[in-house]
Amino acid sequence: MTVQTDPQTVTAARPAPAGRRKPLANRAYKVFRVVALIAVVLFLIAPLIWMLLASFKTNVDIYDTGKALLFTPTAENYANVLQRNNYFIFIFNSFWVAFVSTVLSLVLGVPAAYAMSRFTMHRSALVVLMARVIPGVSLLVPWYYVFSNLRMVGGFEVLILSHMFVALPLIVYIMMSYFDSMPLELEESAQVDGLTPIGAFRRITLPLSIGGIATAAILSFIFSWNNFMFALVLSGSKTKTLPVAIFDFVSYASIDWGGLMAAATVVTIPIMIIALFTQKYIVSGMTAGATKG
Amino acid sequence: MSVLTPPRSAQPGAPSGRNAGAGSGARENFSAWANRHRKWLFAAPAMIFVGVLIIFPLAWTLYLSLTDSQGSVRAASDFVGLQNYLTVLADAERFWPAVGRTLTFTGVALVCEVVLGMCIALLLWRPFRGEKWVRVAILLPLVATPVAVGMMWRLIFDPNIGFANQLLGMIGIPPQPWLSGQDTALGTTIFMDVWQWTPMVVLILLAGLTSLSEEPDEAARMDGANSFQRFFYITLPLMMPTVIVAILLRGIDALKTFDILYATKGKGGGSFHEVETLNVYAYGLSFDYNQYGLSSAVLILFFMIIVGSMWLLTMRKKAVSK
Repeated sequence: MTVQTDPQTVTAARPAPAGRRKPLANRAYKVFRVVALIAVVLFLIAPLIWMLLASFKTNVDIYDTGKALLFTPTAENYANVLQRNNYFIFIFNSFWVAFVSTVLSLVLGVPAAYAMSRFTMHRSALVVLMARVIPGVSLLVPWYYVFSNLRMVGGFEVLILSHMFVALPLIVYIMMSYFDSMPLELEESAQVDGLTPIGAFRRITLPLSIGGIATAAILSFIFSWNNFMFALVLSGSKTKTLPVAIFDFVSYASIDWGGLMAAATVVTIPIMIIALFTQKYIVSGMTAGATKG
Repeated sequence: MSVLTPPRSAQPGAPSGRNAGAGSGARENFSAWANRHRKWLFAAPAMIFVGVLIIFPLAWTLYLSLTDSQGSVRAASDFVGLQNYLTVLADAERFWPAVGRTLTFTGVALVCEVVLGMCIALLLWRPFRGEKWVRVAILLPLVATPVAVGMMWRLIFDPNIGFANQLLGMIGIPPQPWLSGQDTALGTTIFMDVWQWTPMVVLILLAGLTSLSEEPDEAARMDGANSFQRFFYITLPLMMPTVIVAILLRGIDALKTFDILYATKGKGGGSFHEVETLNVYAYGLSFDYNQYGLSSAVLILFFMIIVGSMWLLTMRKKAVSK
């Protein structure tokens, strides 16, 4: 009995909702959707692939439009970027600035976001979020003046400070919406059980918000890694970060396209690898607070 | 009864369970003090950090905008009152075109990104096979370093060797100057911005779509509404608050765009200033020409434009949310 009825119900249940109502329009939409999605993916990925291909071409091949896709790949550009231009130092600089500024911003930002969320300090939050709205140039002029008088321009400290300035509002924004959506009860019951409020924050809330902290940390790292304007003004020859170092391949006379594309690839690859492994955190960070209305 | 057993946190200085044995008196007092004032203890460091790095520079920018400061010869700078503002506002050569470009760039990019973003979000709304791959594709432009992205487009849009013109050639359209043309440069940079940031709008709108409740849509379906009617009369109105959040978040950054403009066209937005927005203009005045007084006036005006547009949008959002 059961053996006979089972396949029947399954086959009956599957096509019914989609199949019976307007089958033609539905199928047309399905085809359209596949085509549209492929177009979207191509539009987003093709330029990056083009950059990657060019980074493996000699400059002669780049100028030969006949060799758009068929060419003999060469690692010469990468050797040039990594050895002759000493990109390892710039990679380290970028990494160090992004890492330290992220850690310090988390130390300042997570407790602040917690307090602002729990005690609904919306005006105070606005002060921190103002930093997102102000154009960076208006801060750079005074910073540059003060820090160059303190002989700090060209050091890591100034770069890290300026990148923290980008990271902190981001972290506060993400963590506030994270704490907002977290139930208070756990913390309260921990206090009833004898923990102090700070103890409850440290031993209950903090471990529970690892997901949110990871989100905030990854996004802050990405933004710091990609930051250009602050580093352009505040970095020195020893602290140059990758986005600034790319310009070494552009001169007034000519552009070393192969080298430039290899350099651009070297900048983007690490951050993309991080992004691929941490997809869900990035998405939840980018959409934090977006659906509250 | 409850008066006799208050929660421990309410008793200042009461020994907490964990510290009762070990803690000295001073430590107990500090811990109790810290717990009582945790609100500001937690919030203040971040606020002081941001405050010092914002308020002092902003005040100084305001002061500089009233002087004729020229950087290195700062000793000679005099108080000139509103002179810089008058100079800037009368400047039809650089300032007003820059305002126009800033608003054009932001406006056109935002419209394209929101319309395209909505279309893509609707495509992605219901689950399908290969969803994971599409999500990866959406994430890649978002995390790519903007300066590197600018360089990448520079090669693709190169008039002679670029892929864009090869593509046009295949369908029989003559080559375009793209970035090097005086009229086409701004449009090309807008295109780059759309490529990089539409995915962010997609993510935000998709989050909004998935949190919508199904019932209004179902009810409309029962009443026989077709998909277009359901989108324009049900989904879109419900999505308006999310759309405005996306516009706010994206708009702030679009107004301040610097990286791709500087990476593709260099100082001054190109030799004819064809992509010089307010941000690029102010940067050039400050760091290429050391005209600190003038650039500060530009920045104050720029800041007012940003805050003004944000305020308008927030008002609109409140109206929609009601």
